[in-house]
Amino acid sequence: MTAPILVSGPHIHSRFNVSRTMMAVMVCLSPATGFGLLHFGWPAVFLFLVTIVAALLFEVLCLALAGKPILRFATDGSAILTGWIVALTLPPWAPWWVGVTAAGLAIVIGKHVFGGLGQNLFNPAMVARAMLLVALPVQMTVWVDPVLGGPGGLGFQQALAVTFGGDIGIDAVSSASVLSHVQSQLDAGQPMQAILAEIGNIHDQFFGYVPGSLGETSAFLLLLGGVGLILMRVITVVIPLSVLGSVAVLSGAAWGIAPDSFPPPQVHLASGSLMFCAFFIATDYVTSPVTGLGKMIYGIGIGALIFIIRSWGAFPEGVAFAVLLMNACTPLIDEYVRPRIFGRTRAGKPIELGGKP
Amino acid sequence: MSILSFSGRFDPARLFSFKGGIHPETCKFLSADCAIEDMPIPALIRVPLQQHIGVEAEPVVARGDLVLKGQLIGKARGPVSSNIHAPTSGQVIAVGHFIAPHPSGLPVPTITIRPDGEDRWGPRLPRLHPESATPEQIAAQVAEAGIVGMGGATFPSAVKLNLRAKYDLQTLVINAAECEPYLTCDDRLMRERAEEIADGAGIMAKALGVSEIIVAIEANKPQAIEAMQRHKIALGHIMRIKTVPAQYPMGSEKHLVKTLTGKETPARALTAELGVVVHNAATAHAVHLAVRYGEPSISRVVTVSGRAVARPANLRALIGTPVSDLIAHCGGLVEDPERLLLGGPMMGQPIQNPRVPIVKGTGGVLALSERETRERDVMPCIRCGLCVQVCPMGLTPFELNTRIEAGDLEGAAKVGLLDCINCGCCSFTCPSNRPLVQTIQYAKGKLAERDSRKHQQEQAKRLAEARTARHEAIAEAKRAAMARRKAEMDANKKREAEAEALVAGAVEAIKSKEAAK
Ligand code: SF4
Ligand code: SF4
Repeated sequence: MTAPILVSGPHIHSRFNVSRTMMAVMVCLSPATGFGLLHFGWPAVFLFLVTIVAALLFEVLCLALAGKPILRFATDGSAILTGWIVALTLPPWAPWWVGVTAAGLAIVIGKHVFGGLGQNLFNPAMVARAMLLVALPVQMTVWVDPVLGGPGGLGFQQALAVTFGGDIGIDAVSSASVLSHVQSQLDAGQPMQAILAEIGNIHDQFFGYVPGSLGETSAFLLLLGGVGLILMRVITVVIPLSVLGSVAVLSGAAWGIAPDSFPPPQVHLASGSLMFCAFFIATDYVTSPVTGLGKMIYGIGIGALIFIIRSWGAFPEGVAFAVLLMNACTPLIDEYVRPRIFGRTRAGKPIELGGKP
Repeated sequence: MSILSFSGRFDPARLFSFKGGIHPETCKFLSADCAIEDMPIPALIRVPLQQHIGVEAEPVVARGDLVLKGQLIGKARGPVSSNIHAPTSGQVIAVGHFIAPHPSGLPVPTITIRPDGEDRWGPRLPRLHPESATPEQIAAQVAEAGIVGMGGATFPSAVKLNLRAKYDLQTLVINAAECEPYLTCDDRLMRERAEEIADGAGIMAKALGVSEIIVAIEANKPQAIEAMQRHKIALGHIMRIKTVPAQYPMGSEKHLVKTLTGKETPARALTAELGVVVHNAATAHAVHLAVRYGEPSISRVVTVSGRAVARPANLRALIGTPVSDLIAHCGGLVEDPERLLLGGPMMGQPIQNPRVPIVKGTGGVLALSERETRERDVMPCIRCGLCVQVCPMGLTPFELNTRIEAGDLEGAAKVGLLDCINCGCCSFTCPSNRPLVQTIQYAKGKLAERDSRKHQQEQAKRLAEARTARHEAIAEAKRAAMARRKAEMDANKKREAEAEALVAGAVEAIKSKEAAK
């Protein structure tokens, strides 16, 4: 636009701004992050820091290349948040270069290729995760038992070797995440009951005492953070509710019909990655629809896709692909699901008097 | 959506109001407890001839004339216009142009008066007895007194009182929501002059021919509500005093009517279609003065506030008093204001020059400090959807913004550009501080300009076509006339020839007969 913008109202502004929003999300991510760092020990801490710093550096680089004001944009907190979220989805003992690659994919391909903040079609963190899952199937599925890295686990020196030396004691990482375990056992023809007995306590799973990604193990703490986001009015309840609701309904139905070949719904709901997706990934502003109804459609779509991929797909997780697929639908949803204009029917005609609006 | 969202300040009344809207900090406490003071007569008064929507008034005084208080100095031109009166006695020192009380700061026709300080009244308008007056007489008196909507819309009130002729009306709503932050002029007026407002409301109800009067006041003005409760008899009718949720923009006519009646006014229509007419509380007070005492609209209550003002106050000031005088009366400025405004902080007009005068629609003079405006850098849209959530018109402001920036004005119009009421909720809320309303207003202006140009072009084309058609018609008529004449001539010739032949034949016959003899 070339014409000068006349200064007009409003002359006051709410307290909300972009960096505050990003900050709020980080605060809400802290409990689950702290838990993950504590449980997986120093290698997780290193990976976490490396990923965030890399994200910030890539952001500065991209801003410089695009000729945008670096100071203003790099300090909005969005790059740090992206790095943070990417780190939480990585295997906790992954070597440093996995973190750097993931951050690079997220910031460069996920965000800046589309034109930077607010322009991207796909969730950057999920772009990185999906690409890595395909490119590095081994490194991306090395899960460690939380006890190993916990307090009294790995020492600082050893940890440096794990993250920066590529020296993973292979016998230390024999674990599998709950869902991948369920799937492989199902594929091996085990009955559901036996598998459930094997994976143990659902409470352990819900509170996070299981192997998994750096920050996705504790469904409980993620739920806590998510409720915080809603209370701080950073997000509305619509997307989390529709994601969790549709997974619960579909998995409940499948389990009710064939209890031998489907895990019960609580196994899905207690998984941290689903909570993480419902509250922190699917609710990403940029890549989700803006209206309430649109958000509901979007959330239900994600939930259904997660269930389908987990049950029949090649990946035991599926969050990343479900989110990416629905991201692609967002422009369509936004085009067709609009709010009704005051004084008009949904079709845009002025309402008739006497008729219902 | 709003039912689902876990709202920190859940208010059951909101379910019955309208969708969207915001809750800015009202900052009304700055001036709410300051009783209305009379502002002294300033050294110079500048009265713009256009203080209302419609055609500007025509000056009826000249430089050097002595005028008395209440004397007509500008005469309404046409059906939608308004009379202008001298706010005090003195001498006209200029009939020319002066900076408009408008962000453009362009010069507008203005009458400048040097008050003589005696404040002598000229002859007032003849008083009316509203109990026995006809609706026409009341409306004529209101028109004569130059009363316009004092809530800021400045639509000539008499025109609105005459809606009775076109619509089937039942209800008069007195809009005392005063939803703009900072402003307390209506609040104070209700606390101090409730009886007079009630009387004015009764008079307007009579002019409209309605018997139901509702006074709508936002819940954050308990004292005003109480005062109006004590004086709810208006010309024999009992007014209903309704408390509405404090939610901006409650004062928007259509949203107020939706909250009170649950009915939505159709797009591009007036609330009168629903049988409801809305008038501002201060307008009711002005009507009372005009009808009972014959006083034209020459003063109003103005809230002077903002943290850059030393002593916020509510002042009854003469129309035409310069903003700088009002601020000086309030102890001057304690810091350099970030914004100087006429009106409220949401929809008020920023002004550059403090010498501009206040007008009939000015409810506030605000000097906002930097920490109040919270001006920040503009960031890219993050599609958070907050602007969509708060838009009371159900629009998608971020999308309008994108389309306008891409130059797609038609596309923007298709998704509701022209339904925007400029309330500013979207810009207020946007975490990226995007200038949404500003862009929308710009686009509306462009579209209107283009429409009028198109209109002109069409007009010209129509005229040209009409001319060609006329010429063609004339040519055609000529051709037809010629053809007719030719045909006539031909026919004549033929007739003559036939007649000759007949004669010749007869002669022949006679000849042959004779020869036979
Ligand atoms: S509020 Fe601002 S950032 Fe959010 S969608 Fe609207 S324009 Fe974009
Ligand atoms: S200014 Fe217009 S677009 Fe913005 S919230 Fe108000 S009505 Fe909606």
